[in-house]
Amino acid sequence: MRTPPWVAALYVGPAVVVMAAACLYPVLSAFRLAGVDWALGTPWDSARWVGWGNFVSAFSNPRVWSSLATTLLFAAVCVTAEMVLGIALALALEHPVRGMAFFRTLFILPMMIAPIAVGLAWRYLFDAQFGLINAALQALGFGAKTWLADPTLAFVAIVVADIWQWTPFVFIMMIAALANVDGAVIEAARIDGARWWQQTLLVKLPMVMHIIAITLMMRLIDAFRVLEVIYVLTFGGPGDSTEILALHIYKTAFVGQQLGVAAAISVLLLVVVALLSWGALRLSNPMKGEPR
Amino acid sequence: MKRPAWLVAAHYAVLALLAFLCVAPILVIFATSLRQQVDIFAAPLNFLFTPTLENYRAVLEEDKFDRYLANSLFVGLVSTVITLVLGCMAAYGLARFRFKGRSAIAYTSMLLRTVPLAVLAIPVFLIWSEWKLVNSLWGLVLLYVAVNLPFTIWLLYGFVLQVPVELEEAAAIDGCGPLRVFGKVLLPLMAPGLAAASIFTFRIAWNEFILALVLTDRQTRTLPVAASLFITDLGVDWGRVMAMGSLIAIPPLIFTFVAARQIITGLTAGAVKG
Repeated sequence: MRTPPWVAALYVGPAVVVMAAACLYPVLSAFRLAGVDWALGTPWDSARWVGWGNFVSAFSNPRVWSSLATTLLFAAVCVTAEMVLGIALALALEHPVRGMAFFRTLFILPMMIAPIAVGLAWRYLFDAQFGLINAALQALGFGAKTWLADPTLAFVAIVVADIWQWTPFVFIMMIAALANVDGAVIEAARIDGARWWQQTLLVKLPMVMHIIAITLMMRLIDAFRVLEVIYVLTFGGPGDSTEILALHIYKTAFVGQQLGVAAAISVLLLVVVALLSWGALRLSNPMKGEPR
Repeated sequence: MKRPAWLVAAHYAVLALLAFLCVAPILVIFATSLRQQVDIFAAPLNFLFTPTLENYRAVLEEDKFDRYLANSLFVGLVSTVITLVLGCMAAYGLARFRFKGRSAIAYTSMLLRTVPLAVLAIPVFLIWSEWKLVNSLWGLVLLYVAVNLPFTIWLLYGFVLQVPVELEEAAAIDGCGPLRVFGKVLLPLMAPGLAAASIFTFRIAWNEFILALVLTDRQTRTLPVAASLFITDLGVDWGRVMAMGSLIAIPPLIFTFVAARQIITGLTAGAVKG
């Protein structure tokens, strides 16, 4: 169907204008800002062009590197745990049972409520004095732990909160994927004498591998974008033990008031996420296979 | 193939355990909001406390609570309506027309979908200052529309593709104008997608907190920003902050129970056909 361009512009134009003005333009501005020395609250005219200066000061700052390491570790641990747990649970529970719709409703609740509420709930649960987790540990005869005051344990806390929130996502994706697997194929494998684990590992999983890959990419991208739950739960502390890159950028910009340096670190995060998104796009492109 | 009773029982036991793990932290928010301050500190495992609405009274009497609630509702509803209208139009245009720049628009919007909000916060703060949009609810609306459009467009795009063009052409031949074709033919078939898109957009606009924190002041704060101010260096006012958290959690909880199916459609869209 050939349509005059102005008709297409009429339909697509408004959305494009809004996305360009309020999303693309700010993202591109981040690159420009990364070359400027500008402190929050001072007039824009006082900003100085420093070229690569912000990158130099950002990347010579050990806190940026430790924050990057924290982010990578956080993403690796969370996403691995979520994928393994989600896939294992989906394989164990894929058989349709009555009432599954109700359980699925409960499973998506952690994703739906406000991240600030999620952060608060876990901050309360992990509280050293009156948190339920310590109370339960003591009731079972273990000692109480100062969860959010210990660098390692605080990291465990943000990982636990993320796993709690996002494992259900992997689970639901996998249940949907497994429901689409042709039962005849599994039946054929069974008749050929494949055992349960062979049916699962050698037949079922390869058939849903594509969706596993897409889910993995979606989770990875989101793991690099997490900010609000950790903002409330630890605010990066103690020290900088849970200061993931997104939080480091926020603090540099709005606590340290160095917008240029923060923009330079943003560029780093943007590049990481853009590479992952590009990979995800190659796996699942809604326009794939269409005529141009 | 009938499964043995013990296996069915084990299946339900695991599901129940998982459901408990998912729901328990949310219940903790509500339970804590109903406790008195002394209770909260004294005996965490005492579940037989006398509930009190004291925390809610305190939060509701807070200076500007109605203001913040109105701000949140305004931002949530207006962002959702605008996103849906623009998203519908764009999805339809991208699915039905072939034009120059189509794939450039498609790919750029798909990449924009994953921009971290922390990255957006810095340039947006500057640009909004320039455009006089800081401390204005419309500034927040514009931003939420922009960040929600990519997902909305791609969700609805899939739904438009499922509607045969012939159906539209038939309606047009019968004398329906473009608006009636949309209303009579497309809208009913896109309803599940629209439901999912509106819930996802409203959820972001209602729950979002970092951008709102940066871009609002005492007058234009939304509820999550107001809640975050209960967390100070001196500690957390648990009773009140949990009351606030409960109030913020209510609309998404209602949506989840009413439209779980549509939400799952939205979550799995693009990856799983179904």
